[in-house]
Amino acid sequence: MKKDIILAGVGGQGIISIASIIGYAALQEKMFLKQSEVHGMSQRGGDVMSNLRISHDEIASDLIPYGQADLIISVEPLESLRYLGYLSPEQGWLVTNTTPFNNIPNYPDLGNVMAEINKLPRHIALDADTLAKEAGSAKSANIVILGAASPFLGLGYEKFEDAIRFIFRTKGDEVIEKNLAALKLGREFADRNI
Amino acid sequence: MAKKLLLLGDEAIALGALDAGLSGIYAYPGTPSTEITEYVQHSKAAKEKNIHCTWSTNEKTAMEAALGMSYAGKRAMVCMKHVGLNVAADPFINSAITGANGGLIVVSADDPSMHSSQNEQDSRFYGKFALVPIFEPSSQQEAYDMVHYGFNFSEKYKTPVLLRITTRMAHSRSGVVRIECRDQNPLQMPGDLRQFVLLPGIAKKRYKNLLNTQMHFIEESENSPFNSYTDGPDKSMGILVSGIALNYLMENFPDRKVPYPVLKIGQYPMPRKLVEKLFAECGEVLILEDGYPMIEELIRGYIPGGKKIRGRFDGTIPRTGELNPNILAVALGLTDTKGLPVPDLVVNRPPQLCSGCPHIDSYKALNEVLAALPKGRVFSDIGCYTLGALAPYEAINSCVDMGASITMAKGAADAGLIPSVAVIGDSTFTHSGITGLLDAVNDKSPVTVLILDNATTAMTGGQDSAGTGRLEDICKALGVEENHIRVIKPLKKYHEENVKIIQEELDYHGVSVIIPRRECIVAIDKRMRQKFK
Ligand SMILES: Cc1ncc(C[n+]2csc(CCOP(=O)(O)OP(=O)(O)O)c2C)c(N)n1
Ligand code: SF4
Repeated sequence: MKKDIILAGVGGQGIISIASIIGYAALQEKMFLKQSEVHGMSQRGGDVMSNLRISHDEIASDLIPYGQADLIISVEPLESLRYLGYLSPEQGWLVTNTTPFNNIPNYPDLGNVMAEINKLPRHIALDADTLAKEAGSAKSANIVILGAASPFLGLGYEKFEDAIRFIFRTKGDEVIEKNLAALKLGREFADRNI
Repeated sequence: MAKKLLLLGDEAIALGALDAGLSGIYAYPGTPSTEITEYVQHSKAAKEKNIHCTWSTNEKTAMEAALGMSYAGKRAMVCMKHVGLNVAADPFINSAITGANGGLIVVSADDPSMHSSQNEQDSRFYGKFALVPIFEPSSQQEAYDMVHYGFNFSEKYKTPVLLRITTRMAHSRSGVVRIECRDQNPLQMPGDLRQFVLLPGIAKKRYKNLLNTQMHFIEESENSPFNSYTDGPDKSMGILVSGIALNYLMENFPDRKVPYPVLKIGQYPMPRKLVEKLFAECGEVLILEDGYPMIEELIRGYIPGGKKIRGRFDGTIPRTGELNPNILAVALGLTDTKGLPVPDLVVNRPPQLCSGCPHIDSYKALNEVLAALPKGRVFSDIGCYTLGALAPYEAINSCVDMGASITMAKGAADAGLIPSVAVIGDSTFTHSGITGLLDAVNDKSPVTVLILDNATTAMTGGQDSAGTGRLEDICKALGVEENHIRVIKPLKKYHEENVKIIQEELDYHGVSVIIPRRECIVAIDKRMRQKFK
């Protein structure tokens, strides 16, 4: 099994946490992993992306070739479109938040952004911010998105639960429970909408 | 199976150094090298072993301190981003002449495609210029291994070595297996107490010695575990590949079997015999290297003719920018892969100053004062405040290299651009603004210097800033008149007052320093979180 994943968002939206959780789950399965990020300049409210590759066979490149990603996971709708050049036209899925992060004067009309997303043959678009609040933790929109992406990652759902318990182990039971709830709401949305 | 750790390239280097008996790491922050030093700073083991890991004021002081530790027989590492090596170039080049005593590794992190830098200079040229061996990892594991190997090499030949990485290596995570840890070296003086005295008489001998050692370096490269020749059935082409480009090459062959002979380079100087073998056996040679076409230039030489060489110079590979698997696919004549088109509505989302950032209030006040004058008189520097170049502030007219704001403003004032203004961050000021301010004081140049004191090195993630709490004293000591050192608080409610003070100092025909002082809000946030953890 091999999955090539692009993680997208705006600096500070928590895409690195998504990567850590998937990474932990993959390592428990004795998979190989490569994850590439760009730090620095891009963090101040700019766009950020990360290449995450997991595979049972050894991985060569840190970067995913264009048109080869199995999945784009985005915490922001406009950002989800920025990396379409990486998505496999034949089988790639796009999982994205619908809540915009509007910190630029020329942010395009959200209706048009959503229309572009809806054109894609395989996509899941959900309001992760609202679901995160429902789960009791407004900060967990990234985990809701991860939940919605979990059916496409080739790993059992409980692996992500275990990973959340591990990654947030120092933050206390309440944080863990809220994140597990966020994961579940995301997953349920995906299951209903695949 | 030994336990695999998931590490960034930077972290692999730091852990490698700790495991190899490091006694001190010296560095000034700079993307993508910062996490090496931060890893050591956060390491419990490093703390227990009392390993030096506080930040240096700039790359030159870092390089020199590391050389001093090497003099005393211990293993030292110095880390910087590529442009930092420009700042450290003087001690770096001379350290090749003095040689090392304890193992000395210089890590320079290049940034092809300029993800967060002013240029994409290739540090390998510095290694070659200094005549020291260069190591260039193709994986995080190799990065870890090369540190052990590099320290041993450095002590075997009493030479500093350069470890060259790129953004992708620094900031990409992959599995690393550790090898046995080694103790630190004891304090041990150099065998010859004049080794480090570069008086011409001694320097000439040492330089000859360095030249004579080159053939041993080449021999080492020919037998290095990091250089390898893998044969392939199709001899119409040979591939010479260095560092991380190897991964992009392999990505193009799902079974990892490249049909062509491949010479992989991870250690320089170039392994001459292996290169000759590749050229003897193959029709043409494709050269794949991330960064400048250094190997390609070396091999092409000046004289046309001979074998066909393909690479960045003939357009097979783009002349600039980072490599990726697709660029290599095209160069190899394989089918390129494409994803979906990106819709036209996708606009850029450039980085910007955080809302609530103190720099915003400083720029607003400065812009108001300067509105009355013709545009183009603000020389700035490198840090978060460089984002003041963008809309809506459009407040600055230069950003060249750390420290250049004050000196460029002085030069422009010398030329008659009066008033001229310098805007520099607190960390940049101590990095390399102080000497420029002294020049201005000595010449009584009519410049107004704003030292934006947010009490941290914000751009690179909030490291300590060397002059915090002492900026006025430093300026005073340099000779700036006390009544022209003005501290203001960059907050909206003090806007009118700040405008007035800036105006007063612009009107003064001499050196004045204005220090807008308010802590970076991200730094405050970080401090609070640590406090209540
Ligand atoms: C020679 C060199 N070293 C390091 C860097 C990386 N770098 C860019 S800005 C910066 C820090 C700036 O800190 P400061 O001047 O305090 O400004 P702030 O970001 O806090 O506003 C660093 C370390 C660089 N560009 N050049
Ligand atoms: S990190 Fe600090 S200095 Fe940088 S933009 Fe944000 S508030 Fe300003």
